[in-house]
Amino acid sequence: MNILTLNGNYNDNAKLKAQKTALAFGKFGTYLFLAIMAFVVIVPFYWMLNVSFQSNNEVLNSLNLSLFPKVFSPQNYVNVFFYSSASQGNISFLRYLLNTGIVAFFSTIGGTLFSILVAFALARLNFKGRETIFAILLATMMIPGEMMVISNYITVSRFGWVNADNAGSYLAMIIPFLVSIFHIYLLRQTFRQIPNELYYAAKVDGCGDFKYLWTVMVPMAKSSVVTILILKLMGTWNAYIWPDIVANEKFKLVTTWLRSSFVDSAETGSGRVLLNYQMAATVIVTVPLLLLFVFFRNYIMSGVSRSGVKG
Amino acid sequence: MLDHKKDYKAWLYLAIPLALLSIFTFYPLIKTVLISLFSQYNPLTDNMGRFFDLEAYVVLFRDRFFINALKNTMVLVFVSVPVSTVLALFIAVGLNSIKALQRIFQTIFFLPYVTNTLAIGMVFSVMFSHPLIGGIAPEGLINTLFELSIDWVGITATYEHWMMVVLIYTIWAALPFKILVFIGGLQNISKQYYDAAKVDATPKRRVLTRITVPLLSPIISYVLITSFIGAFKAYESVLAVVGTVGRTLDRNRWTAVAYVYDKIGIAGMDSNYVSYYSRGAAAAVVLFLIILVFTFINLYVSKKRVHY
Repeated sequence: MNILTLNGNYNDNAKLKAQKTALAFGKFGTYLFLAIMAFVVIVPFYWMLNVSFQSNNEVLNSLNLSLFPKVFSPQNYVNVFFYSSASQGNISFLRYLLNTGIVAFFSTIGGTLFSILVAFALARLNFKGRETIFAILLATMMIPGEMMVISNYITVSRFGWVNADNAGSYLAMIIPFLVSIFHIYLLRQTFRQIPNELYYAAKVDGCGDFKYLWTVMVPMAKSSVVTILILKLMGTWNAYIWPDIVANEKFKLVTTWLRSSFVDSAETGSGRVLLNYQMAATVIVTVPLLLLFVFFRNYIMSGVSRSGVKG
Repeated sequence: MLDHKKDYKAWLYLAIPLALLSIFTFYPLIKTVLISLFSQYNPLTDNMGRFFDLEAYVVLFRDRFFINALKNTMVLVFVSVPVSTVLALFIAVGLNSIKALQRIFQTIFFLPYVTNTLAIGMVFSVMFSHPLIGGIAPEGLINTLFELSIDWVGITATYEHWMMVVLIYTIWAALPFKILVFIGGLQNISKQYYDAAKVDATPKRRVLTRITVPLLSPIISYVLITSFIGAFKAYESVLAVVGTVGRTLDRNRWTAVAYVYDKIGIAGMDSNYVSYYSRGAAAAVVLFLIILVFTFINLYVSKKRVHY
């Protein structure tokens, strides 16, 4: 500061100049670092699209996969849509999509409904044992799902749902994960922020608990409810291992389809993996998620920062 | 306001969900522990058997595939979590310091989150692909770019190679959540600290280590705890990158969770007269205990180290 006043001229100060250049370099460095990292993040997406549009000839008979499709082949998407292999019971994508839709519908609606009911009881109603139940739920939330998997498999197989050639397969995929403690917890926190005065006012007006829940609380907690709906939906779309273990071939989900072999035996009989089909399948599975993100960006982001786990 | 006469009404709301939770969450917890302790459990008849002992645990720790699975899991946890946390912190600080293009960058960095673990894992697998016999299939992006001919993810890949790809993918996939949470934390730090630092002409690195990180420490510890837990449960990512069709994964590439899932559906007993289910249940319990210990260590350390 002394130097500044002595020299008088702010712009000629060598030290300040050096500092300014450093700052400019710092900005440049920041952008460079972010750009490199962003590039790394994007490369897999580019590669997925690139390979998915390459022709069969290209992925089978060239020495290196090229950076751009030499023969642009959107036909891959149609082929993969109708692809079915004998090893997976000759089921095509549409059936897997239907299965996923059914499971997603019931687990999303049922799961959200139950979360709302429990969260309401825990946040608003007074009853003996409320704190105990909440404490038990909190304690269980920390326990990894892998602890339950073995016993749940035994339970659903004793119900006759495992590998069942009927709606049992759906039940085995929907019921065990229907109620999510984390979602209950999330909604309860939101419900508790709604002022008590509203509840008493509604009571005075003769509004019952149930009606109050649906006409006042749920609309006020709309954003949390939508977040839960989306998390449930994404959870079903991405679920793989459990559904693949318990469901009958005909009832498996799109993720199982994604993991199918996609070999070219239908065409040449050599059974080589068609990477372009595989990548077209990954695009088909990824795009709905990206669309969901475009439309519900804020809901997903708020759900993520509060959860830390997928689904 | 406590009016316990109407308690039954509250239970109407709770009845079905709590029943479901009891059957599929509380009961299986206890049952898994029991199965691991009754080493001759029969899954077909659901009969616990006569032997209440630690045999399943003894056999488990003699199983080299379990020891190997634990080792794989530990490598994944202790490399991917620190690396991705530091990277995410740098990215978040960088994002927070710029104005132009911030939203675009933020969207890009969030993209890996809204994807399917399997799908993008398979993309990584294709990026690192390599033909088993030259010329029968094309080399992938990495081998092409660096003019290599290394089997990264195939059946002949060495431990270092496949683990590296799995680590890269795990870090890649772990970034968005961490960046998002860090940015939220950074925006809550009061501007006055940075203004004060500016007045004192504090170097950037000192600002980061003396202001940003200490003030962010509660957030950092939250991120560390959740990602440690998440990394211990790794399975699908490994399967997608270095597995073959369906759920087939080389036994040497198992993680602890893969080991548990592998035991599902195998009735009967192994050569040690220990039920496969008991061994799987024991593995699940061991995994749970490890996660528990780490969570407590994390909480303890963060209590001591977290600023304010």
